[in-house]
Amino acid sequence: MARTVTTNRKIINTAAAWAVGLLIFFPILWTILTSFKTEAVAVADPPVFLAFDWTLDNYRTVLERSNYARFLMNSIIIAGGATLLGLLIAIPAAWSMAFVPSRKTKDILLWMLSTKMLPAVGVLYPIYLIFIRLGLLDTRTGLIIVLMLMNLPIIVWMLYTYFKEIPGEILEAARMDGASLKDEILYVLTPMAIPGIASTMLLNFILAWNEAFWTLNLTAAKAAPLTAFIASYSSPEGLFFAKLSAASTMAIAPILILGWFSQKQLVSGLTFGAVK
Amino acid sequence: MGQIKLEQVTKSFGPVEVIPPLDLTIGDGEFTVFVGPSGCGKSTLLRLIAGLEDITSGTIRIDGQDATNVPPAKRGLAMVFQSYALYPHMSVRKNIAFPMRMAGIPEDEQNRRIEAAATALNLTDYLERRPGQLSGGQRQRVAIGRAIVREPAAFLFDEPLSNLDAALRVGMRLEISELHKRLATTMIYVTHDQVEAMTMADKIVVLQAGVIEQVGSPLELYRAPRNVFVAGFIGSPKMNLLSGPEAEKHGVHTIGIRPEHTAISTESGTWEGTVGVAEHLGSDTFLHVQCPQFAEPLTVRASGEFPVQYGDRIFLTPDPAHLHRFDAAGLRIA
Repeated sequence: MARTVTTNRKIINTAAAWAVGLLIFFPILWTILTSFKTEAVAVADPPVFLAFDWTLDNYRTVLERSNYARFLMNSIIIAGGATLLGLLIAIPAAWSMAFVPSRKTKDILLWMLSTKMLPAVGVLYPIYLIFIRLGLLDTRTGLIIVLMLMNLPIIVWMLYTYFKEIPGEILEAARMDGASLKDEILYVLTPMAIPGIASTMLLNFILAWNEAFWTLNLTAAKAAPLTAFIASYSSPEGLFFAKLSAASTMAIAPILILGWFSQKQLVSGLTFGAVK
Repeated sequence: MGQIKLEQVTKSFGPVEVIPPLDLTIGDGEFTVFVGPSGCGKSTLLRLIAGLEDITSGTIRIDGQDATNVPPAKRGLAMVFQSYALYPHMSVRKNIAFPMRMAGIPEDEQNRRIEAAATALNLTDYLERRPGQLSGGQRQRVAIGRAIVREPAAFLFDEPLSNLDAALRVGMRLEISELHKRLATTMIYVTHDQVEAMTMADKIVVLQAGVIEQVGSPLELYRAPRNVFVAGFIGSPKMNLLSGPEAEKHGVHTIGIRPEHTAISTESGTWEGTVGVAEHLGSDTFLHVQCPQFAEPLTVRASGEFPVQYGDRIFLTPDPAHLHRFDAAGLRIA
């Protein structure tokens, strides 16, 4: 007998889901609200939720003080570049691991993932020195390479898991049907893998966009992306919460909008393999 | 045309030799079934013929041409897989068209062949659907359709009916047999089900541990199994294989008697025993009879209405004309 879900239970479940959702979303909402307050209201005690004089002054000040467009452009180029470069390297790697595995494949995968367990600051010093030596400090190229390398294990893992779901027999059928390796990849593998490639791309774009440790440590002015733009408003001279919030809102807005429109794709990407 | 010849073919996976040197000729137009228990190497053998696995040594000839190093795409063979292996992102029509598209066949000819295959396989109404919207039987028919349109030298079937339910399996078995009669193309069919082998094959190849135990028509294998393994594998229910004093009376190591070649009486007979489980199939009843001189119960066939109860005493008399004799090495003694 199937488990019956009562109406009451459904209501409770829905309410609980909304509660968790709001709890997670609240800090973002608070940031957005604060960005429309004056500095005085922003630090008011007790805090004001909605009943305040809404102002766009913070946005005006932030836009005057910093070149938002340049930071945005850097973010897009760095996150996009790191994602595309990562896919370019990870697709063949994941393909060979999924379809022509060797006895060491599992070990290699685990080893790759284990590099993610190392705290990034542990390799900051050597990477910083390498960057100085190669003249990559404060360049978009340098950041693209570092962020790509940081996310590569995840890209390979995700693609590998996705490719694993494609039954080898279908590829063999294509071979029997007279398909060359090129035809096999073009007409059979890629169309079947596109949802997986898209979710991987999306997730890694978001990860690269939000990455702050390397972007803050390896950039100064020229290559700084939006993370550095936010950080520039948390200055030691004193916090300007409203302006910081406005900068944050401007930095996360593009990725929030992207995430909103692609949430279906993202969820399927994060849960693939879980349900047949 | 579609004669396939294996000469001294071997296959090893690392240090493990799964197919020791093997010779086999599959005649043009023949329906050949590879049968054996799981892990006997029958699927591997099929994949070697297909070219999906490389042979370790030996030669494969297709229509006299050395095909040993020819890639699967160029061997002119079509394969139907156990999992159907349809392209999930393509409609049925595109699935069937795929091999023709790869071969560069003109579009109007493609459409003509698709229509013909769809009519023959009852798929006309489903051509625009995706494989995911079809039942198991329909999917298997699409896979067969995709194989037919190529007009291959030979069809290779790798346990194509294993994923279907019992009723559908019987229907598809007939369809494939009819297809073979109509096309008269060479077919190689792998199965672990000896009933499929018996009902469909012109020629059965019985395999065990990569070694061919016997090659012959279904009735040849039934009447004169070359050894104890084939005797036990072909025929349903299994042949009773008896060794010990009873076999020694016949001067051999093992005797074999099929369930259908034993006379049953409630009054007198050669062996006396107790009835255990009776399996009533309607047309027949299979009795499991425990005789004190044999370790294993004997299986015998009685008529459907045979009046017997659990625990009854019963007498069995093997038909001497159908008694199989095997030596200590398990080989048949003529």
